[in-house]
Amino acid sequence: MSKRSRAGSFEPVRGGGAAITLDQVETSILRSLAVQFLELLGPGDAPAGAEPDPLAELFAEGPTKPPEDPVLARLFPDAYEETADAAEFRRFTENDLRARKREDALAMVRQLDSGGPRIQLDPDQARQWLGALNDLRLALGTRLEVTEDEDDELYRLSDDDPRKPLVMAYLWLGGLQESLVEALMP
Amino acid sequence: MGTVSVAPAEIERTESSEAPFEVPEPDVPWVTLVHNDPVNLMSYVTYVFQTYFGYSKNKATELMKDVHYKGRAVVSSGTREEMERDVQAMHGYGLWATMSQDR
Repeated sequence: MSKRSRAGSFEPVRGGGAAITLDQVETSILRSLAVQFLELLGPGDAPAGAEPDPLAELFAEGPTKPPEDPVLARLFPDAYEETADAAEFRRFTENDLRARKREDALAMVRQLDSGGPRIQLDPDQARQWLGALNDLRLALGTRLEVTEDEDDELYRLSDDDPRKPLVMAYLWLGGLQESLVEALMP
Repeated sequence: MGTVSVAPAEIERTESSEAPFEVPEPDVPWVTLVHNDPVNLMSYVTYVFQTYFGYSKNKATELMKDVHYKGRAVVSSGTREEMERDVQAMHGYGLWATMSQDR
């Protein structure tokens, strides 16, 4: 059968996918970050319980201006330098992008809730986790204004700095994502 | 006799049909650019170039290094529609991508 995963990092699974063992604290941190991210993304277009209308969704137009929140602006950047072209592109793509990111984060929450400590992901689920982990890191990294400088003061914060827990979470997510990339690398 | 009368006509037609239709570089391809950012992991960016574009590990790694050290790299080129698809995909992966016409 598949290899038992080392605590706290992903291992490849035979036939594709990946597995990880997370303790209760890790599970609750990851879940809380994913839920906060979902709140930031906002609800989907269709109200809960409503009959989905594929035709209306097809013709629904998205926003034309970049989001004001810096995290959302980073997740949904302009595709063109020219404002008019960027607006047109955004109008037809941002809703789909938001939906995809929402689905990835929701998939992560669902699997975290399915009972641990070992979480086994099939190839599709593993790709969703990879996307969700990256989105969470982009969110935290943007909020913390991380730079490429390894001597960044962020990594030398005192214990009572309110940013410290976020920096710890950011670094931990980086390790998780790195191990998942390794597990999935073709 | 035939060749004598045809030759000037050919030249004339070429001149008159091409000059007025000089649209600005219609065949200049578009490119997808990926820009450096401080968050995305080098391994992840390489993974994206391999899985989405189907590039070899070597090519994907070279492109990733160009992004990292030069600030940006052209990762694909083609029609405007193709590049819009690629840019949207890169945004889906969380990479910072833009497109422009390769002049």
